[in-house]
Amino acid sequence: MNSPSPRKLRVATASLAGCFGCHMSFLDIDEHLFELVELIEFDRSPLTDIKDVGPCDIGLIEGGVCNAENVHVLREFRRNCKTLIALGACAVNGGLPAQRNHIPLAECLREVYQFRDGVANGQIPNDPELPLPLDKVRPIHEVVRVDYFIPGCPPSGPAIWKFLTDLLAGRTPRLSGGLLHYD
Amino acid sequence: MSVLPSSVVASLDDILLRHRHQATELLQILIQAQQIEGWLPAATLTHIAAALGLPRARVEGVAGFYSFLYTQPVGRYRVLFSDNITDRMLGNAELLDALCRKLWIEPGHLSEDGLVSVTTTSCTGLCDQGPAMLVNGRAIGQLSHRRINEIAELIRQQRPLELWPAEYFQIDDNIRRRDALLGLDMPPGAALQAAVARGRDGWLAEMQASNLRGRGGAGFATAVKWASAKNAPGAPKVIVCNADEGEPGTFKDRVLLNSFADLVFEGMSLAAWAVGASQGFLYLRGEYRYLLPQLEAVLARRRAAGLLGTGILGQAGFDFDIAIHLGAGAYVCGEESALIESLEGKRGTPRIRPPFPVTKGYLGRPTVVNNVETLAKTCLIALGGGEAFAATGTAQSAGTKLLSISGDCAMPGIYEYPFGVPISRVLEDCGASDTQAVQVGGASGICLAGYEFHRRIAYEDVPTAGAFMIFDGTRDLFDVARAFVHFFAHESCGFCTPCRVGTSLLKGFMDKLADGHGAQADLADIDWLDRLLKNASHCGLGSAAPNPVIDTLQKFRPAYERRLVSLDFEPAFDLDAALAEARQLTGRDDSGAHLKTHEEDEK
Repeated sequence: MNSPSPRKLRVATASLAGCFGCHMSFLDIDEHLFELVELIEFDRSPLTDIKDVGPCDIGLIEGGVCNAENVHVLREFRRNCKTLIALGACAVNGGLPAQRNHIPLAECLREVYQFRDGVANGQIPNDPELPLPLDKVRPIHEVVRVDYFIPGCPPSGPAIWKFLTDLLAGRTPRLSGGLLHYD
Repeated sequence: MSVLPSSVVASLDDILLRHRHQATELLQILIQAQQIEGWLPAATLTHIAAALGLPRARVEGVAGFYSFLYTQPVGRYRVLFSDNITDRMLGNAELLDALCRKLWIEPGHLSEDGLVSVTTTSCTGLCDQGPAMLVNGRAIGQLSHRRINEIAELIRQQRPLELWPAEYFQIDDNIRRRDALLGLDMPPGAALQAAVARGRDGWLAEMQASNLRGRGGAGFATAVKWASAKNAPGAPKVIVCNADEGEPGTFKDRVLLNSFADLVFEGMSLAAWAVGASQGFLYLRGEYRYLLPQLEAVLARRRAAGLLGTGILGQAGFDFDIAIHLGAGAYVCGEESALIESLEGKRGTPRIRPPFPVTKGYLGRPTVVNNVETLAKTCLIALGGGEAFAATGTAQSAGTKLLSISGDCAMPGIYEYPFGVPISRVLEDCGASDTQAVQVGGASGICLAGYEFHRRIAYEDVPTAGAFMIFDGTRDLFDVARAFVHFFAHESCGFCTPCRVGTSLLKGFMDKLADGHGAQADLADIDWLDRLLKNASHCGLGSAAPNPVIDTLQKFRPAYERRLVSLDFEPAFDLDAALAEARQLTGRDDSGAHLKTHEEDEK
């Protein structure tokens, strides 16, 4: 009797307050991408341009949470993904964007929109289309429950590949040795 | 950089000279240098570093490590409220607030005129007569609103501490039950004479027969420790009495040093006789600094009586003397290798063991580190013999144990019991009723619930360094555990990441629950952190830090669960409030300018 071929797992990805470097690193798994597409299909992701997340098996989040829109996207991912993963330093710790955390938000915004050289009569944008910034940039686990963390800035292609193949094969993902070593 | 006034330079040079410009004396030098101006200005540290030939960073590193060394001005009156859970139960927070209000200052901030600062410190060992405080290092117990009013007035009048009412500084022993040790009336030198008469080997054999185990909590066989140091190569050998009694809820050493100092010093001499040591240190916690003058007087008397010095009791080659080193507010220095680092004038960072101090301790020399109570007990063995001592207590726990009893009971104080005494008996004797839980062994010890009160104080059942804190039915055991978690986060020496970060994360989770943001997911994370701390920490501080949480989660879980606002996940902060500043800056108040705190609300 033929067993039915296993269902492809649905994977969604997003970059919040990140630089897309983790997504670039994801693409760095190179020819493994061919193996990967045999095992998964993408839901919302910069790779598919699908705008809303549907029910998924795995969600990968790059970047921390810096504004209201980030919160909405992250919550949508959490609602829809069985497994949610913080991908890279910014998602894990807040990373580079969180360096603004020791500067009051007002000072940050005024410096950029009002006092910077070359800015005349500037004002802080108040268009309702724009998401409001949070007072501090937060790692994603401070806003939703997160199942796994992949550290690194960015995590290397091999680290992401190892993590995903563990997950796809039903092993608890585990990075060790060189995959956690950064120079 | 500011230039030091010449009078300060003269005082500093005097201190440096008294310590013979020894780098190992750095901590003692800093403690004394701080007396000059009440704190340690940068120029003072520079001067000391240059005089000792040490890198300035090393000196600043030590000055920054100890809680009682200040690199910022703290005022002419430095008021520290003891913040053990027992002080909290006696209302120390309200008293601290009251004092700050009367002095018009914020807790933790120096008053604008530089006169006074008020903040908290870890347990000061006055749990039997709390709430307690230290003013410029002097201990005051039994604080009440009346006493706080008077203290505020004395500070406002800038009355020197020496002119404050003497009864403030009266510290009671509160001995409630005496047994072999506290009932002993021994003329100084009697035990030493008996041991010397047996010869060094004969005396060590008595110790072996006694089965005496360390009273600091770990219960290592004292004679084995002594024999190892005796047989270890290297000289001169060192005996250290660990009087860094920092475990919250413990105060037995305070009483022993106050009223039985001769027994303690005699025990050190007995150890020196067995080991062949010539140098002794009493490491006295900074909180007990007020005992220093009387302890120095006892030492002087013993020197005059020929019980310290060269050729003690006429024995050629039995040369031994004791110096007192002060700590400066660091719980981790109770760990023996951290204590030795501190003795050497360094930050109190625990060493990697092995090698153990018995082979490589103070300055790499064989060093015995014993608890105050352990050393005092050796007098009983010298007087009555090892076998008689071994016959008391239980099979694996010979002799008696001093318990420091505090919390919800009628008669807090020191109780000496033979090992094997059941918890229920102790509770009955001290007048405890409606007891919900007992924390035995301090913050790092074990929390016992009502169904365990038949258990016994002994190494084979409930081991303890002596703390015994009682919580009646009105107490919330979550608050107790949270207080201990705060304690460990504050006292972590910062050397290893699991402890430095782990204790701080654990504190974050406990605060999250306390602040009303608790979720089931936090309990899972707390479990994970508990395991991480226990297994990955460098020393016992980190591995013991989760104990109060592990015990109370197991035995008083509803105290945690009733604080959960979500059965899944809940952020520790208010998301909508996190947008408030941006709303104000942009003048927006549309629906997109708000966030619901709970995810379900926005679907």
